[in-house]
Amino acid sequence: MKVTNLLLATSALAIAASAAAAEDMTIVSWGGAYLNSQQKAYHDPYMAMNPGLNIINDDASAEAVAKLRAMNEAGNLTWDLVDVVPSDAMRLCDEGLAMPIDFDKVLAPAPDGTPATEDFGALLVSECFIPQIVYSTTFGYRTDMVGDTPPTSVCDVFDLAKYPGKRSLQKRPIDNMEWALYCDGVAKDEIYNVLGTDEGVARAFAKLGTIKDSVVWWNAGAETPQLLADGEVVMGSTFNGRLFSAIAEQNQPIGMLWDMQSFDLDGWVIPTGLPEDRLARVLDYVRFATDTQRLADQSKYISYGPARASSAPLVSTHAELGIEMAPHMPTDPKNASNTHIYDYEWWADNRDDLDAKFQAWLAQ
Amino acid sequence: MTKQDQDAFVVFDRVQKSYDGETLVVKDLNLSIGKGEFLTMLGPSGSGKTTCLMMLAGFETATHGDILLDGNPINNIPPHKRGIGMVFQNYALFPHMTVAENLSFPLEVRNMDKSEREAKVRRALDMVQMAEFGGRRPSQLSGGQQQRVALARALVFQPELVLMDEPLGALDKQLREHMQFEIKRIADNLGITVVYVTHDQTEALTMSDRVAVFDDGRIQQLAPPDELYEAPQNSFVAQFIGENNTLEGVVQEIRNGVALVRLDDGKIIEAKPVNVSSPGERTLVSIRPERVEFNKDRLQEGAHTLQAEVLEFIYMGDIFRTRLRVAGNENFIIKTRNAPDQRRLQPGEMIDIGWLPEDCRALDA
Amino acid sequence: MSDTTHTGPMLAADGSPLKRSLERALRRQKLRALALIAPLLIFILVTFIAPIADMLFRSVENEIVSETLPRTVVALKDWDPTLGELPDEAVFAAMAADLQEAAKAKIHTRVGSRLNYETPGISSLFRKSGRQASKWDLEKDGPFKDVLIKSEKGWGELDVWKTIQVYSPKYTNGYFLNAVDLEKTASGISPRDEDQQIYITLFLRTFAMSIGITLSCLMLGYPVAWLLSNLPSRSSNLLMILVLLPFWTSLLVRTSAWKVLLQQQGVINDVLVWVGLVANDDRLVMINNQFGTVLAMTHILLPFMILPLFSVMKTIPPSYLRAAKSLGASNWTAFWRVYFPQSVPGIGAGSILVFILAVGYYITPELVGGTKGTFISNRIAFHISSSLNWGLAAALGAILLGFVVLLYWVYDRLVGIDNVKLG
Repeated sequence: MKVTNLLLATSALAIAASAAAAEDMTIVSWGGAYLNSQQKAYHDPYMAMNPGLNIINDDASAEAVAKLRAMNEAGNLTWDLVDVVPSDAMRLCDEGLAMPIDFDKVLAPAPDGTPATEDFGALLVSECFIPQIVYSTTFGYRTDMVGDTPPTSVCDVFDLAKYPGKRSLQKRPIDNMEWALYCDGVAKDEIYNVLGTDEGVARAFAKLGTIKDSVVWWNAGAETPQLLADGEVVMGSTFNGRLFSAIAEQNQPIGMLWDMQSFDLDGWVIPTGLPEDRLARVLDYVRFATDTQRLADQSKYISYGPARASSAPLVSTHAELGIEMAPHMPTDPKNASNTHIYDYEWWADNRDDLDAKFQAWLAQ
Repeated sequence: MTKQDQDAFVVFDRVQKSYDGETLVVKDLNLSIGKGEFLTMLGPSGSGKTTCLMMLAGFETATHGDILLDGNPINNIPPHKRGIGMVFQNYALFPHMTVAENLSFPLEVRNMDKSEREAKVRRALDMVQMAEFGGRRPSQLSGGQQQRVALARALVFQPELVLMDEPLGALDKQLREHMQFEIKRIADNLGITVVYVTHDQTEALTMSDRVAVFDDGRIQQLAPPDELYEAPQNSFVAQFIGENNTLEGVVQEIRNGVALVRLDDGKIIEAKPVNVSSPGERTLVSIRPERVEFNKDRLQEGAHTLQAEVLEFIYMGDIFRTRLRVAGNENFIIKTRNAPDQRRLQPGEMIDIGWLPEDCRALDA
Repeated sequence: MSDTTHTGPMLAADGSPLKRSLERALRRQKLRALALIAPLLIFILVTFIAPIADMLFRSVENEIVSETLPRTVVALKDWDPTLGELPDEAVFAAMAADLQEAAKAKIHTRVGSRLNYETPGISSLFRKSGRQASKWDLEKDGPFKDVLIKSEKGWGELDVWKTIQVYSPKYTNGYFLNAVDLEKTASGISPRDEDQQIYITLFLRTFAMSIGITLSCLMLGYPVAWLLSNLPSRSSNLLMILVLLPFWTSLLVRTSAWKVLLQQQGVINDVLVWVGLVANDDRLVMINNQFGTVLAMTHILLPFMILPLFSVMKTIPPSYLRAAKSLGASNWTAFWRVYFPQSVPGIGAGSILVFILAVGYYITPELVGGTKGTFISNRIAFHISSSLNWGLAAALGAILLGFVVLLYWVYDRLVGIDNVKLG
């Protein structure tokens, strides 16, 4: 008797749980100000349109690749949609953990009928990756610590004589190696050819070596704004949105150095292996959240550029500060006069190898 | 200083001790201990006896007054330079050293060379009959054996003064009695001065040359064991040492060294005035159970007697213990020897009891 | 009387052998004891033993190559890489067939990622060729040597084929070799390029710094533990709360607090400059280096040293020190000869605890370690969460585990593990 009751109770619970799961959608993102912009621009309006649905946020994007692999091995997929950078998207795609997307079928066309593949254009860097925003990794500097001649070139980062003091750089080879070669005189379109040789790697390290003792290496995007605010570093690289909020929202004496900003993307991947009903729900959400208006809306909350060409004209003012957002976008023509777009495919091949070399170089 | 103080080996001169600055745990202590004397500090816990020992050892400092050792003040000498041997309550044998190493320790810190050390350790172990146990760890020894080792360790560096803090407290009765005898024998043989702390009056009486009874931070009486037992100076000592019957009353008059005491139920008895001086004072009359007589033939002529009712008779082997109701006191005990002609009292029986006036001491109430 | 002459086994009252009766009686007790610890046992098996076993397995497992490229693995068996020539057509044809099948199942990029750990470039080679593989007609499009090399230059490189051959077997020691700065090549084991050697350095650094952390915890914690066990209980309770206080704050908060304190524009430097001990343009570097890591980790791990020390010291009666002094030992001798030896079990327990915790720590070194103060665990975390090279992470973890077990064994031989007391 007891056992039957117990079984009944458990199965009732299980049914209740699966019923609840049908109402929930777990979306993984980065948390903080970025999640806030997604919540306001995507989640809230979508939930308003679908009253029965509850979006659960999980701030786990930083470990998304490892966690998706672990979920896949355990056969227990709890995530519905994951926000990642393209390099992670490619790994997930290669590992078969993210679903390839038929962009024109899945994504809405632009209001004028331009198909999605054209509207996103070259930003569709992987067949599993649906871009949302363009951000850049670029430099900020302390306006009160650089005298009357603020830095104008990324190579000023390597100029200790002109700008003494510490700089903060991300603790990884990506971007830093390219900037080093660029400032060592390598032409922009030659950078990856040079970096592909042992001599080129040695050259990049030699250039980085000239400022190695003055570098504070960061792991989290919040570190550089903090280091700048504390006066620990005179300049440092980080995501442009972080610098925007330090400058515009916290009124820190920080200036932007857009030269050779390294463009990168952020967007969605859909995990492989979702059951039919959950997949349908996710696809519906993605179609909504990546349409032209929604992408433009996101830029009201954070200074990252919409990934659709058709969204650019719709970018307006900051939702709270009321300032024009366009001049703060990495994609603004004034900011994008000299940019660096890194080669995802090249890094996918060479990331492990160069990372080992980079770590060995750091430890020297 | 008196002449006696100058001869004394250990002197407490108006010593006071307070831990909290508000209450004194030792109040104005004056005590002289002669060379070679076995002196016991006896008292209930909290009476200040252990504090006195610790001050002498140097682990506590006197708040006021001087302690002299062999004529020299030692207040400012740290414990390890006092050269006083000490046996602790739980022996405090170092568990990570063998018995021989434990004994060798005080010699090593005195930089004695190895052969001399070994000889002394062997002699000390022989003295306590533990010669075969030199290689053992303390944890491998029985309680009695540990006790012997602790004794040997306190003696091995030949101190002239040895302090013992309830050294036999952890042993069973039989072993304790054996060790009492043994400690006393060794102390006598070596001629050392021993200050011994205990709360066990039997131990104090059997071992000591003199006993200092502590209570409330003061020495209540300092006397040889027989005097302490037979002539207690106040009611605390009377009650603390041995078994004692008390009767309460008021001093009627004192004449020719005899006090007439009117008990609370109106009966009048004779007693020896010890610390009562004037009529009208309340007093506690104290009589030892074995000095009470109920056999009329053995009572002195004209002795005052009191009527008593037998409440209980207990057979204890060598003695009989009988509980009586006397002058309202239901715990009046008499002890009689189990002799062939001894009568066994029956409960309910009414008898007359009496005693010699000098056995009946009128003390402070 | 018969009992004394009986030579067989002792019998119980019912005539059965006494041993068997005893066993039967004990078995029920044992079963009950087992039932009581079963939840814990299962918990440990599932959450501790199984993951460790899985990790050990992953550090040698390499089935993906032979499962994804079964034909190629067989065909490559007879190829002699030392001749300096590409494999023959049979191998290329086998690869084309394997690729086509793998691409259909969308698993070709996984093996590419796997082999890319060993030779950069293989990842995109498989990704790109996989896209074209569906168009190949295996019967007619040959010879595939030309087809493959035409589609992607990489197929014409010897290194690619050497890597596939070396990593053909189902089990490999390659991850372990990588974990000690060696590599598995077609011609045997050789040291990695000097500019990629990192793990030995990190292992040595991790151990050296963990020893440093353990020693500084011991030096700071010993007096505190002594005070804790000797103060009157009111003050010692207060002190105990202070010792445990760090546990009440998040690890990240504490580590970030150290940043605020130690950075060049931080509180300590500001004070030193204000006092005049340090020149304003010559502020001390106390963070993002080994000093910062040792300091912050000593702070975090100190309670793990103090608590075992305290629990041992509390059991040492004060009468030992008094006895030693009464026997003529000075304060120092009494401490060193009598008190200290008895506190050794606490030192052993605390040190082992702190050392093992330190060796595996990664959050704090990551945040305050800069370049020279990071640990091997930081690389393990990197390989788990960023590079997805779980095999290498497992091998590094297995080596770390091996060292810790070895250390435990050495400690047991030297001091005796029975001498470790946690309470």
